[in-house]
Amino acid sequence: MKYLKFTLSLLLTASIFYGLNNKFGSIPPIGKFLNPSTGVWQNETDETITGTVSIDGLKDKVTVHYDAQLIPHVFAQNENDLYRAQGYITAKHRLWQMEFQTYASAGRLSEIIGEAALNYDRQQRRRGMGFGADRAIEKIKEDPETTAFLEAYAEGVNSYINQLQPKDFPIEYKLLDYQPEPWTIKKTALLLMYMTKDLAGGDSDLEYTNALRMFGKERFDLLYPDFFDVIDPIIPKGTDWSFIDVPITETPESELPLDSISKTLDKPNPANGSNNWAISGQKSYSGNPILANDPHLGLNLPSIWFVMQLSTPTHNAFGATLPGALGIISGFNNHISWGETNATRDVLDWYKIQFKDESCKQYKYGDDWKAVSFRVEEIKIKGKAAYIDSVCYTHHGPVAYDKNFMGDNKLAGYAMKWSGHMGGNNQRTFLELNKGRNYDDYVNALKHYTAPAQNFVFASTEGDIAIWVQGKLPNKWKGQGKFLMDGSNPKHDWQSFIPQPFNAHTKNPERGFVSSANQHPVDESYPFYVYNDGYETYRNRVINNFFNSKDTFNIQDFKDLHNNNYNLKAAELLPYIFKNMDSSTLTAEELNIFNEVKSWDFNNNIEELGPSIWSNWWNKLYDLVWDEYDVDNVALDKPFTYQTIHLLKTKGKDEFMDIVETPETETAKDLFLISFKKAAKSLMDWKAENGDYNWNAYKSTYVGHLLQALPAFSRFNLPIGGGGNIVNAAKKNHGPSWRMIVEMSSPPTALGIYPGGQSGNPGSKYYDNFIDDWAAGNYHSLNYLQSDIKTDAVIDTQTLISN
Amino acid sequence: MKIKILNFIVTLVLAVVFSFFLPWWSAMLAAFITAVVFSLKRAAVFFTPFLAVFVFWAGYSFLLANGNDFILAKKIAVLLPLGGSPFLLILVTGIVGGLAAGVAGIFGKQCLMLVKK
Repeated sequence: MKYLKFTLSLLLTASIFYGLNNKFGSIPPIGKFLNPSTGVWQNETDETITGTVSIDGLKDKVTVHYDAQLIPHVFAQNENDLYRAQGYITAKHRLWQMEFQTYASAGRLSEIIGEAALNYDRQQRRRGMGFGADRAIEKIKEDPETTAFLEAYAEGVNSYINQLQPKDFPIEYKLLDYQPEPWTIKKTALLLMYMTKDLAGGDSDLEYTNALRMFGKERFDLLYPDFFDVIDPIIPKGTDWSFIDVPITETPESELPLDSISKTLDKPNPANGSNNWAISGQKSYSGNPILANDPHLGLNLPSIWFVMQLSTPTHNAFGATLPGALGIISGFNNHISWGETNATRDVLDWYKIQFKDESCKQYKYGDDWKAVSFRVEEIKIKGKAAYIDSVCYTHHGPVAYDKNFMGDNKLAGYAMKWSGHMGGNNQRTFLELNKGRNYDDYVNALKHYTAPAQNFVFASTEGDIAIWVQGKLPNKWKGQGKFLMDGSNPKHDWQSFIPQPFNAHTKNPERGFVSSANQHPVDESYPFYVYNDGYETYRNRVINNFFNSKDTFNIQDFKDLHNNNYNLKAAELLPYIFKNMDSSTLTAEELNIFNEVKSWDFNNNIEELGPSIWSNWWNKLYDLVWDEYDVDNVALDKPFTYQTIHLLKTKGKDEFMDIVETPETETAKDLFLISFKKAAKSLMDWKAENGDYNWNAYKSTYVGHLLQALPAFSRFNLPIGGGGNIVNAAKKNHGPSWRMIVEMSSPPTALGIYPGGQSGNPGSKYYDNFIDDWAAGNYHSLNYLQSDIKTDAVIDTQTLISN
Repeated sequence: MKIKILNFIVTLVLAVVFSFFLPWWSAMLAAFITAVVFSLKRAAVFFTPFLAVFVFWAGYSFLLANGNDFILAKKIAVLLPLGGSPFLLILVTGIVGGLAAGVAGIFGKQCLMLVKK
């Protein structure tokens, strides 16, 4: 009997231990997770921002003042200490996020999350994210100074990690039951690859190839013109390009492979973009240039940005950092300010590869066969055996699609040529901008920058403003890389790059302002090949019209423009519809909705009904116009909004307007009515379920935790207007991720805010404390300290000393 | 009665002391050792260590959360999901710790029985 009791109690104890010590599905290991001594309760606190901490490798004392927004103001005696402290401080507030992003970049999420992430991880590997990071490191290592700073940063992060007991781990580690690993330079390179993929990892080459094959060249050019009829490029029209003495690459006589492609890799969010602008002293209320930037990215918690002041005796930079990377990315110092928007150039092309045989060891190139190299990708999976994927590499780049991945042809594949794989010391650009003193320093800093190509806006206390479209950009022949190319034809390779000084730019233009909003960089007079690869066509015109509307502008004007909700897209189509749609057959309820949208002033304000009606209606209309695209097993990208509206207004009887599945022949006019009726029905259904469809409720913007918007750690239903293609680009889960306004007084005065908070800990009051102000369009004054002397703005100080 | 109180206090003290240097199962270890040294009978074998660790886990988590306005507790109570109630979360925390300690207490008792002839 006692043996039975013993055995039973042993089993009971063992199973309780096992049950509480292990993770089941999404349920964390509950004993580990809930115990108050090492579990989640230990995270119920703010980070320590006082006292003295000793850190390996510091040469001198570093003072870190925190202000009421938990922004660290770091004062170091030299740059090596500065970046070591940046690593340490960033890790203290954002460790889990900075590491998680590098896992996501490298295609290692399966290690943490399990098999559900395997397809994502494989895509990352097939894209050559790790390969690109390795290439970047090779390039960075040629520069001992950057390498030393990156190492100092890594050691700073590791000083923090080494100080941690399991009870101190950020909550996400406890939730998913894993531990932080050491930070390395590779992780910084991976983070930069993550940004490169987000901003320059999209393309439509394979989709366009399908469209070209289906519709023919003439129709294709109508649907996807290189330039729209109306553009307002970043570098103003009429700029003199006569200084460019390198010709465009000559177009070779050759055929393109018109393959049929059924499915393509996941694309980054096409809404990834930004606004930036700067006005000259003449246009400024104070005579000082003023600069603004707001990058539009996914709205996540912890935020993609972490705001810091980074200072040594020789420089003093302030602004938004990317946790994991050195220096200030969008910010200012005592002399200059800078900010970026995405340049959206086509730097990702696809080549059809013909293998010699099924072993895939050689591929055709010119009249010869060239050897393939293999990169073996081991994807570790939580709770399972690792998945091994062997990826073929050609001189173009990785053969992402082949018989093992999204393809079925044993003798062919598609290789990716991408600027993200070229390697580059992009970090150097930011290190130099942080220390820059004038226009020349800014231009020299940009020379190191390869990808993702950005529109770098600039303003200085000396009174200069400028914008450069900077990246390492191929000098393509006209049409090159719009479609799948022939990987065996050497003439299809990228032949050369646009010499850096010939990248499009403008300094102190006559109009007194520079701006960019992801639109066309230049008009057709620029000598090199540029085509519409997803350029934005609305925000830029609203911004430029605003700056052309009067003589001088003040800070309030800048705030108003950031928060401008004018929906130019709707304003360009709705009046035409109101004039041309036959509304006589509308029911009373439909007429009611029609009158609601008719009385709208085209501002996407939160209390309006118009934006919700328009948004729903436009989606229906767009889908009806392009119903020809609903084809199984053919990857296609529908034409851009601008061109769609242009065709609706100018080619209303085109056969694309016809709805294929009905016997009648529809025109644009019919589509307006049909889509409106559909929209009205869907809005009435929405209202029955959710109540009033004002724009606030209908859009219901949220900022989601990086773990698939885990509701407990996310913020929902934020009252912010705006939307896609609007200067205030706040969509449902995407939008202005950092808003900054800097006036180049001496010293500069700046405002900034982002939808998050400085702490990455959901248990901290600083986790999401900026969100309400951000949604309301408010800003925080940035406390730009001129020395390490404590001011009233400082709430606490931590001193870092050498070990 | 006295032995129950003694068991309760020793379990509590050991659980607190062990928690400084051992993982979460230190509560089980505390209950196990105490069960061997201060052997109890019947339901008390389970409930005395249960109560001791319940008090420790629930009490300590209350102290930690109370000092931070329950910011995180409210979120974890959404995550788990406990309707967003931090007090329910504290209760669950106490029960989880208590349960682990209780079964460890039973196991300790049975080990003792095995050794005792």
